[in-house]
Amino acid sequence: MRSLFNLFVPAMSLAMCVGALAQGPTYKLGRTPTKEEIRAWDIAISPDGKELPPGSGSAAEGISIFAQKCMRCHGSGGRGSGVAGVFVSPTGPGGAIVTSKGPPFNFPLATTLWDAINRSMPRYQEGSLNANQVYAVTAALLYWNGVIQEGDVMDAKTLPQVRMPSRNMFIPLNPDYKKYMACNPNRLKCLNQGVLAPSEK
Amino acid sequence: MEAKEKATKIKPSSRRRFLKQGAVLAGLATVGEIRSASGQKLESRVPDERSFSSFYGVPSHFENNVREIAPNQYPHMLSALTPHQDSVGIITPSGLHFLNLRNHDAPPSIDPQQHRLLIHGLVDRPLIYTLEELKRLPSVSRIHFIECRGNTIWPGGNHSGFRTVQETHGKMSCSEWTGVLVSTLLREAGVQTEGKWIIAEGADAGHHVKSIPIEMAMDDFMVAYGQNGEAVRPEQGYPMRMVAPGSVGIFNVKYLRRIKVVDQPYMLAAENTYADARPNLQGKRLWFNYYWQPKSVITRPSGGQRLPGHGYYEITGLAWSGGGAIRNVEVSTDGGKTWREARLQEPVHRKAFTRFFLDWTWDGQEAVLQSRCTDDQGDVQKSLEEFAELWGYKPGSIDINSNSGAMVNVIQPWKVDRDGRVENAFLI
Repeated sequence: MRSLFNLFVPAMSLAMCVGALAQGPTYKLGRTPTKEEIRAWDIAISPDGKELPPGSGSAAEGISIFAQKCMRCHGSGGRGSGVAGVFVSPTGPGGAIVTSKGPPFNFPLATTLWDAINRSMPRYQEGSLNANQVYAVTAALLYWNGVIQEGDVMDAKTLPQVRMPSRNMFIPLNPDYKKYMACNPNRLKCLNQGVLAPSEK
Repeated sequence: MEAKEKATKIKPSSRRRFLKQGAVLAGLATVGEIRSASGQKLESRVPDERSFSSFYGVPSHFENNVREIAPNQYPHMLSALTPHQDSVGIITPSGLHFLNLRNHDAPPSIDPQQHRLLIHGLVDRPLIYTLEELKRLPSVSRIHFIECRGNTIWPGGNHSGFRTVQETHGKMSCSEWTGVLVSTLLREAGVQTEGKWIIAEGADAGHHVKSIPIEMAMDDFMVAYGQNGEAVRPEQGYPMRMVAPGSVGIFNVKYLRRIKVVDQPYMLAAENTYADARPNLQGKRLWFNYYWQPKSVITRPSGGQRLPGHGYYEITGLAWSGGGAIRNVEVSTDGGKTWREARLQEPVHRKAFTRFFLDWTWDGQEAVLQSRCTDDQGDVQKSLEEFAELWGYKPGSIDINSNSGAMVNVIQPWKVDRDGRVENAFLI
C-alpha cells in the first residue's frame, strides 16, 4: 500500500503543479545509484521505523549480548563504569528515566535507541552487531528502564510502537521548525510566547 | 650559469622580506625582537632547516602556536582547542582548526577515489557523485565560522582549566570553505513537495548524522571539499564535509557521504542529546536551537597574557553571529561602565569571524576589558545576567564554568591587575 501511495504522489504532484516540477537537472553530472547502493547506506531510522531491517530480539537475549559487547565501557547492567554513558537509573528500573541525563533517558523514540546502537556501537567495532543483536540490546535497555517487559520481542513492527517516557518532554512537542522559528527563543521577549509557552503539552 | 647566480641573489632578499613580514604579523610580543633583528639576526646566514621545506612549508620554529587538548573533556572524545590568543586576522590556519574527534582516535583515512556522495529520499532523481564529479559543479568559496555548541562551557565545572581564551573559546574556528551549495545538489536531484528535512550522514566509523530543516540547508549550506585554499584536512572531514554556516557544530557533518531528503526530523541521538535543558522549561527540553547568537571576545590582551608596562595597546578580538553579519562591536575597559565603538576590519562577512580593534592606553591601574557585539538582526550579545534570565537561573546562581548551559554567548571579561597580568574575571 505504501509503495503504491509513493508512486501516486509524484504522479499527482506532476499533474497538479507542473511548474514546480518542471525544473530538470541543469548539469547532469553524477549517476543514478542502484537500489543496492541505497539500501546499504540507508541506515538512519525514522520515527515510523520504515528503514528497520528484518530480525528480532528480546531483553533476555540482549542482557547476555550486553555483557559480552557493552559492559566493558557501560558497566554491569548498564549502570556505568565511568568510561561511557550510564543507561540505567541508579535508583532502579522505571521512575527516573525522564531526567536530563544522557541517552537513553532523553530519547523520545525507541527507534532512536536502535539507530544509535546500530550506527555507532560497540566503539571500535561499529557495525559488528547483526540486526537481531541490535534488537536484543535495545530490548535489554528498554527492559532495564521499565519501558517494556522482559519477554517482549522487539522487531520492525513492535519497536516503533514503544511509547518512551520522555516522548513529551520536548518543546516544540511536534517538530514544526517554522513555528519554532517564528520567535527566536534566544530573545528574552520570546521566553513566554509561542513555542516556549509552558502551557504547550 | 647566469640564471643560477640570479637565483642565489634573489633568495636572501626575498627571505629577508618574508622574515620582516612575519615579524610584523607576530605583533606586540616580538616588537623587541624586530629591533635587534634589524641589526644582526636578519643578516644571519644560518639556514632555518627545522622549519623550511620547499614542498610544504611550516611555521618558523620560533613560533609555538599550537592546539591544546581540552582538559577535563569527556573520556571518549579527543577535543583540541584553537589558540585564539595568538591569532591575527579572521582565518584560522587549517592545522589549528579546533577538533572534536570521537573515540579519542586519529581521523579516518578515506580514499577520495573511493568516496561517494549519495543524494536520495524524496527526490525525483537519486544521484551518486564522485569527488571529481562534485568538483565539476559550480562552486562557491565563503568564509564561515564553525563553533561547537559546548564552546564556552566547561563540562564538569572544573574552573582551573578555564584561564585563557583558548580554553574559554577554543572550540570555534573560521575558514574559507570551497565547495558546492546544497541547494545546487538538491535542485539537480529535484526535491519533492513532501521533502521538509534532510538527513546528513558521514562515512566515519560512527556515521555521525543530523536531521536538518530543508530551509536551512537550501539557504546557504554547502558540501565543502576545500578549506583555506587546499583540500579539507582529514580531521575536518576529508574528502568532503557539510558546512552549516552559523549553526552549531554538529550540523557540519564531516566525511559526508549521504544526504537523504525526508518528511520529518528523525530525532536521532544528536537531536536529543543536544536539546536545551533550560531550568525554566520545567523539565522539558528545547529542540531546534540551532543558530549561534551574536558573540565576541577580546583575544588580546586575554587571560594568561601579561602587559609589559603601561602605555599604548591595540585591543583586538573576534566577533561573529549565526544570525548574519556583525553590525558593530563595543569595548569597555572599565568593567562595563562605559563602552566605546570598536573599529571593524572590512570586509565584514556573514556568519564569519569579524576582527575588531580599539585604541587603549593603559594607565597601570586595574582594568576589566570586555566586548559586546550586535548583528544585523539587531540581536545583542548577552550579559551573564541576561543569559541567566533566558535560561531561568536565579540571578547570581548561574555558574558559567559548569555544564549549566549551552550555546553560551555571554560577554567575557578579562581583568588586568597592576602588574599587567590578565586573568579570566569569571574565575576571580
